[in-house]
Amino acid sequence: MKFKLLTLLIVFFLFEVHASSSNVEQNQIFKNIRCLVCQGQSIADSNSDFAQTIKLVIKDKIKEGKTEKEIYNFLIEKYGQWIVYKPPMNGSNFLFWLFPYLIFIAGGVVIIMFFKKKENN
Amino acid sequence: MQKTIKLIIVGIFILIVGVFYLSLNKNSNYDTRNLVGKKLSEIHIESFYEDKYLTNDILKKNNFLLINFWASWCSPCRTEHPILMKLNREKNLSIIGVNFKDKKSNANLFLKNLGNPYDFLAKDELGKHSINFGIYGIPESILINNDLLILKKFVGPLSTADYKEIKSIIIKK
Repeated sequence: MKFKLLTLLIVFFLFEVHASSSNVEQNQIFKNIRCLVCQGQSIADSNSDFAQTIKLVIKDKIKEGKTEKEIYNFLIEKYGQWIVYKPPMNGSNFLFWLFPYLIFIAGGVVIIMFFKKKENN
Repeated sequence: MQKTIKLIIVGIFILIVGVFYLSLNKNSNYDTRNLVGKKLSEIHIESFYEDKYLTNDILKKNNFLLINFWASWCSPCRTEHPILMKLNREKNLSIIGVNFKDKKSNANLFLKNLGNPYDFLAKDELGKHSINFGIYGIPESILINNDLLILKKFVGPLSTADYKEIKSIIIKK
């Protein structure tokens, strides 16, 4: 009896963990998809007709076993990069992605040179 | 030494100006232009009258195909309807109407009152299939050729200018 109860609890616990993790992933995707007919809102924040439809499609894709990246690629193919808040790096936007790192490296070079100059003096 | 630091600072300044110049000149509004020239895949639309799906063979029957997304509750769809009726007379063009998130009785009444310009009628009750076509509102129309290549996408009601453009494209062939 105790064993059965324990098994039931474990199964229930595993089911809950799975349900909550897929829900987190779903919300994460919703937050990264722009509502094209709204003013600066993600589909997670919008109740517009378009947002509701995209949510349904994303839920279907998750059920089909598609990964987060595959879902983004599907929507980018249909609506362009504007639909995602965090677009993947490509030829037209690589500068925006590299900019913080370039600043970081340039800052490091300036600091090193500053200390070298101080040492020489 | 001082020269190098100055050079780095000037370089960063130019980079910042360049980044702002690029991003501020970029059109941030959604544009469907990126779909033109792409091939339609995953065509999966349910027939309006029967319990079956439209196949690629039906879509490839004519040289050109106009896929029009409409609903009886959509006022601009009424505005563009006479244009669709005119386009229906073109021999080189088939028209598919995708009835979008609509009630069947209302859609039938709409077509009865205004005429039926569609060679095939499909339905998308939940609007999910329209996502495959990059639709985000109705009316929208997509002109494709029999290779399922998107030639033109029209967002909003078709105008007389759009009619002339469609005609010029289909006559060229």
